[in-house]
Amino acid sequence: MNKKLDDEYYQLLEQIQAADFVLVELTHYLDTHPTDQQALQQFNQFQLYSKQLKAVFEPKYGPLLGFGNSPGGENKWEWGQGPWPWQV
Amino acid sequence: MWVYEKKLQYPVRVSNCNPRLAKYLIEQYGGADGELAAALRYLNQRYTIPDKVIGLLTDIGTEEFAHLEMIATMVYKLTKDATPQQMVAAGLGEHYANHDGALFYQNAAGDPWTATYIQAKGDPIADLYEDIAAEEKARATYQWLIDISDDPDINDSLRFLREREIVHSMRFREAVEILKEDKGKKKFF
Amino acid sequence: MTRAKTFTLIKSYKPFHSKFDPCPPIGRKYFSTPPQLYINFQPPNLEQFTPEEALKYGTLWKFFYDFYDNPYRERET
Repeated sequence: MNKKLDDEYYQLLEQIQAADFVLVELTHYLDTHPTDQQALQQFNQFQLYSKQLKAVFEPKYGPLLGFGNSPGGENKWEWGQGPWPWQV
Repeated sequence: MWVYEKKLQYPVRVSNCNPRLAKYLIEQYGGADGELAAALRYLNQRYTIPDKVIGLLTDIGTEEFAHLEMIATMVYKLTKDATPQQMVAAGLGEHYANHDGALFYQNAAGDPWTATYIQAKGDPIADLYEDIAAEEKARATYQWLIDISDDPDINDSLRFLREREIVHSMRFREAVEILKEDKGKKKFF
Repeated sequence: MTRAKTFTLIKSYKPFHSKFDPCPPIGRKYFSTPPQLYINFQPPNLEQFTPEEALKYGTLWKFFYDFYDNPYRERET
């Protein structure tokens, strides 16, 4: 059974995609600039911010990460529920 | 160990129903300079590269799978509602005869993916130069796809992917500088 | 660091046209020279986009942004 995708879903998802994209960019940057303290602070800031956004998203729309990195679901297994990323 | 995140890295949209484009986009799915080749190349090289750059190869390699998924999404959206006749009209008859609408790791000409697309010399400088070249070739391929696609939403995603290649190329060039560097002397510019 | 006018992002050249060539000349061929070519190592504290802009443009740092469009577009219409 697929989850209903309202406007809020798409808006929240894009905010998460934006925050996580900053984290990917900073990850690559820190891989080659491991001593840049300012970048490290920014990474840690965004890591918390991303977590906050996902804490709002996941109860409504299901877990984002597999293998226990997101909660499994209150009463039923949510991971296997659609829709999947290439479908939305 | 890999963990899957149930979201695309970038919101992929397709403006127009034009399955013909899928035939060209598949070049970056299963082609020589495509995202599968990139992911497997970097993730394989990382076992025998100096510790200082293993993180970079792991992280870029992982991101390439997210890009592979984006290309798959474009192809899927373009072909999911195509009838057999529409597939043939779009130049995808040969593909349909074998795969129906299933994706496959092949290039735009239909050649199947092969490990001969990648290298792992074990020499860090050779490996990193291969990686820089791979990123430039991928960047160029995205340019050619943008040239022949008239779909504004697809071009938006292709421009994102091209920009990622520019940044990755920078990182691999930095990795070379890191390996060239004598102990104690750090250069930024 | 800003890019200012120190380098361009697209170059062009004119391929030699022989009087025996069968087709009308293409005129100019273009190639991309993205910003990352002009530095060896990213310096710290480069100006950033907002997260939403960064996602849209494909990079966190303004220095690396390079918009691409078909340079042969006018010729084809």
